[in-house]
Amino acid sequence: MRAVKILERVLITIPIMFGVAVVVFFFMRLTPGDPVDIMMGQAGAVSTGEIEQLRREFDLDKPLYMQLWLFLTKAVQGDLGYSYTQKRPVNELIFDRLPATIELAGGALFFSLVIAIPIGIISAVRQKSLVDQFSMAGAFLGTSMPSFWLGIILILLFAVRLGWLPVQGRITYGINLEYVTGFYVLDSLLGRNWPALVSSVKHLVLPSVSLGASVAAIVARVLRSSMVEILRQDYVTLARAKGNREFLVVMKHALRNALIPTVTVVGLQVGSLLGGNMIVESVFSWPGLGRLVVKAIFERDFPLVQGAVMIYAFTFVIANLIVDVLYTYLNPKITL
Amino acid sequence: MTFQSNDPSASVLLELEDLTTVFPTRRGVVRAVDGLSFRLRQGEKLGIVGESGSGKSVTLLSILRLVPYPGQVSRGAVRFRGEDVLSKSAMEMRQIRGRDIAMVFQDPMTTLNPAFLVGEQIRESLRIHQIVPRSNGFLSRIYDPLRKAAEYRRVWGAMSDVGIPVPEQNARRYPHQFSGGMQQRALIAIALACEPQLLLADEPTTALDVTIQAQIIALLEKINREHGTAIVLVTHNLGLVAEFCHNTIVMYAGQMMEMGGTDAVIEDPKHPYTQGLLRCLPQVTAKRDKIYPVPGLVPDLADLPPGCPFSPRCEQVIADCSGDVPLKQLADGRMVRCVLY
Ligand SMILES: Nc1ncnc2c1ncn2[C@@H]1O[C@H](COP(=O)(O)OP(=O)(O)O)[C@@H](O)[C@H]1O
Ligand SMILES: [Mg+2]
Repeated sequence: MRAVKILERVLITIPIMFGVAVVVFFFMRLTPGDPVDIMMGQAGAVSTGEIEQLRREFDLDKPLYMQLWLFLTKAVQGDLGYSYTQKRPVNELIFDRLPATIELAGGALFFSLVIAIPIGIISAVRQKSLVDQFSMAGAFLGTSMPSFWLGIILILLFAVRLGWLPVQGRITYGINLEYVTGFYVLDSLLGRNWPALVSSVKHLVLPSVSLGASVAAIVARVLRSSMVEILRQDYVTLARAKGNREFLVVMKHALRNALIPTVTVVGLQVGSLLGGNMIVESVFSWPGLGRLVVKAIFERDFPLVQGAVMIYAFTFVIANLIVDVLYTYLNPKITL
Repeated sequence: MTFQSNDPSASVLLELEDLTTVFPTRRGVVRAVDGLSFRLRQGEKLGIVGESGSGKSVTLLSILRLVPYPGQVSRGAVRFRGEDVLSKSAMEMRQIRGRDIAMVFQDPMTTLNPAFLVGEQIRESLRIHQIVPRSNGFLSRIYDPLRKAAEYRRVWGAMSDVGIPVPEQNARRYPHQFSGGMQQRALIAIALACEPQLLLADEPTTALDVTIQAQIIALLEKINREHGTAIVLVTHNLGLVAEFCHNTIVMYAGQMMEMGGTDAVIEDPKHPYTQGLLRCLPQVTAKRDKIYPVPGLVPDLADLPPGCPFSPRCEQVIADCSGDVPLKQLADGRMVRCVLY
């Protein structure tokens, strides 16, 4: 039953992706500035003949509806076109960069949950204690601190001053790593390549912390408030009246229910971890999709931007699907 | 086996002595339970009646030491089987909870955990107190299907005891798939799983339809008769007490106003508050088209008058009421806290 429902949800992503494709297509073309003009501006003086030729090459001479049709029919076949500026297929460009972005988002998610879940629980159980006040002040800081600023501070402290962690990149230059999945941590584990593992984890720490801090803060606050609410419920008192140890009262009876609203929030944050990391990628020279897209937007590289946005949308939809499935396991009142 | 219902020779199971439970509030310390003393014998059914806010629930929670923070027992003693409950360690307390003393709460909709199967919630009581011993074998600590099967047989037994049909199927349902009456039955099954000696029932029927109420009371009756479980039934409905309890305590603002055999209290109420409660009981025999609620408002515990807390609402109030009003024993053994006696 569940499998059928999940399949249904996967199929619903098709019209969603179609909608995203159309919207991103028109938005790109609504932005002022012509890709060929920008390209030629960089190249210097060129003849109108050459400009016309480029336009033809990029299909920019065709009417809009034709361009859209071409884009959609190719996209259906899995071909996202050819980058104007990089002269390579968009697919290739994206899949070179996507693992770095996902790895960073994963690192940030891991960091934020490892921090936020214990803090949320402890501050709810020890409400108004010093721990609680301290963590909630920290959470306030976490949400109000811009990630680039935090990133720079972390670099100055842990990389420059203390020298514990690297400043930028994904792995120390010169370490050999056989690429399988493109996730460096995973690849070094697969190849039992310990130096690569240490190096890639070390490189992942600071960007993950900068990116995950605000998520950690949000999750800690949501979890705390739902725990506070749930610890007042009758069924928690019943759990105690049955003779449960307090640890189980909190970790089994209360936490299980408090995770329901928390999972929703985490799901929404996954989108921002994947799509909102341009700044952190820039600060740490992280070779991810974010930086590629920013550059592509400035250069009006329509196919690249379109392709990247569709990939973002797709990962976001999938992340939400995972959250929804998780949700049904946590909350028996909900079926997909 | 049938137990002697109200046998004065039965041993004392529970004894409260001058129990006082307080809540610090912004407007001062509130005494939710104020110097309450009573005894409960093995197999006895005791009713505690009073309007809402009179400290009934806090009394029960105090017995199990589950008074919510920042409330605490500030004075007095709770003795269970002669042992002081208040001085027990956290671990000893956990062994008493659920195994020796179990509790049923007022609102079944909010008392079952929505995230777990009903059968699992009943089984948890068995697991906590290790009612079914572990099988032999070194893996039994983590994987013990024989034990689980034995536990489930007991779960199903408990479910059919409380009148849940097709226990094998209903054990695999979630609380939200149950009706209110079935939820309360499941909660009673949870309470009875370990065959406790004492059942604390906090308004177990208030949230239910009248017909379901009668079924639940009949169920409690059966449990008391067949297992000899002593029951404290908390309610604001004197009619329920009249039908069910051997003895009755009338509480007001955390204090005992009257205590005695249920028949005596109902037929010849001494305290003006008890008389008022009885008057607001709609009677089936005498045809009346009016019910008379006790006049006045439920008292504000942070701002009680001196002397008798009921005096502002009392029709028979005299000057002495604002003085010290001690609990007095009448010739028939009844206790009354009123200057008229
Ligand atoms: N959690 C709490 N915090 C503060 N005061 C409380 C709390 N629970 C109970 N009280 C106080 O104790 C009084 C008695 O409550 P309760 O025992 O629940 O009444 P009853 O069960 O008779 O309706 C309440 O009127 C309130 O003043
Ligand atoms: Mg109550």
